[in-house]
Amino acid sequence: MISAEWIYWLAGAFFLGTGVEIAIDQTHPKRWASSAFWALLGISFFYGSFVKVLPVWPLGLVVIALAIIAGTGLTGPGTVRTTTEAQRETSARKIGDALFVPALTIPVVTILFAVGISKIVVNGQPLLAKGQETLVGLGVSVIVALIVGTILLRPSPTFVSLREGRRILESVGWAVLLPQMLTVLGGLFTQAGVGTAVGAIAQHVAPEHSRTVAVIAYALGMALFTIVMGNAFAAFPIMTAAIGWPILVVRLGAHPAPMFAIGMLAGYCGTLCTPMAANFNLVPPALLGMKDKYGQIKVQIPTAIALFAVNVCFMMILPFL
Amino acid sequence: MLPLLGVLVVVAGFALRLNPLIVVTIAGIVSALLAGISPLHILDAFGAGFASSRSISLAFIVLPVVGLAERYGLQQRARLLIEKAAKLTAGRLLLVYLFVRQVAAALGLTSIGGVAQMVRPVIYPMAEGAAMRLAGADELPDSITDTIKANAAAADTVGAFFGEDVFVAIGSVLLITSYVDANYHLRLDALQIALWAIPTAIAALVIHGFRLIRLDARLARSLAQPSPRAGNS
Repeated sequence: MISAEWIYWLAGAFFLGTGVEIAIDQTHPKRWASSAFWALLGISFFYGSFVKVLPVWPLGLVVIALAIIAGTGLTGPGTVRTTTEAQRETSARKIGDALFVPALTIPVVTILFAVGISKIVVNGQPLLAKGQETLVGLGVSVIVALIVGTILLRPSPTFVSLREGRRILESVGWAVLLPQMLTVLGGLFTQAGVGTAVGAIAQHVAPEHSRTVAVIAYALGMALFTIVMGNAFAAFPIMTAAIGWPILVVRLGAHPAPMFAIGMLAGYCGTLCTPMAANFNLVPPALLGMKDKYGQIKVQIPTAIALFAVNVCFMMILPFL
Repeated sequence: MLPLLGVLVVVAGFALRLNPLIVVTIAGIVSALLAGISPLHILDAFGAGFASSRSISLAFIVLPVVGLAERYGLQQRARLLIEKAAKLTAGRLLLVYLFVRQVAAALGLTSIGGVAQMVRPVIYPMAEGAAMRLAGADELPDSITDTIKANAAAADTVGAFFGEDVFVAIGSVLLITSYVDANYHLRLDALQIALWAIPTAIAALVIHGFRLIRLDARLARSLAQPSPRAGNS
């Protein structure tokens, strides 16, 4: 059975390889700290597969060390040798639309895995671990795309793709770690009882009898709590237990399906506005090399506000039909 | 109310523009200590949280493929492609992408698209190429480039968010049904939840699509007035 752990090792190998590349790059301005950051990150991806049999706290220590190394500015991108703009222009005309093939291989193979190969059964066991089809598909598609790209483009040196990947990875920099750190924070918040405290406040201020005010309190609570946590999934159980179920459904007679479905989407409007949803809002600007780290959020806020208002209107009407 | 201090650390840290990694680490440690969690358990929580969230970072494994194709001019090719489609402006192109991304996500195909594998190598260079044609120049001021990048990334996110919820087997739909069924003894149909996401999905397409259509006029306006920071004419 192929499991997602193998794909995590692939990612670990990429990060570790980046660390090794930097270690042998004498021109790198922040050579040792950067090398240590990427290598430790890569090793952590391997170690993470064995937390059931090995102690977890060393990994926690390394994760905090990674955050400090990268968060205090000890790491930074090097100058990676690649082709010039003029060379790329020439080769784009020469190679033509075949250049799209490696990039398009990734979604095609991923989808093949999700819809086709996930149904294959070997010796009574599914070939792909259940619930991990997409992750495995992504990993396999990357390997296939690398092979296709290497055959098609005949790069020299042959394994230059690692260095080219490192070029983009280093430009993203510390933001690579942030989404996972925010997940850790979400878990710690939950353990510390942040959700319960917010729920208690919400229940305290929510009115009992006005449909309009109760709907707004539920929707606004979803959006605001999502902005703080960076994730509507964390907000949903808390706001639903505080307002959605006891007041809107039980007391005011709302239909649960539309109320909860649209309530969740009101939370999504909050996700569009928050740097806490780093993988959606901060990593893309880093990947695109934007000057303004918060530029994407600024574009999304007007859409989020308008869509939030529409959601509130929907919640006022549809669950009460 | 003591655990809420951790939230305060986050808000203050972001407001002071400290590095988010540091802010998040301190906020986590502070709220855990205030809740009386022992230091060893805090380290455990950091380790376990990291291990179980590795799937988020898998998006980065596409970078060697993207980087390889970029080395041979993928972004330049995408720009050449847009030159052939004269009617496709930056705004219209992103509108088409928003629509495709949203419909694909609604069908469960979230792996079509994404910033690393689609926006950076293909969609953004095409939008930039269209804006270059609008400007009649080979280079664009930084502020314009940033605007195009921000809008390309936003189209990807909005499309994915408000498309995936229409698909039955997605995490958020299953979270709603499993949470409500477990706690309130209902039997919510996942299909019902997915269907009730459709009105908002349409509203998202209309609202964000309308803003993308207006993007072209905005770009034209900022191109017309000479930006003080722009190095080219």
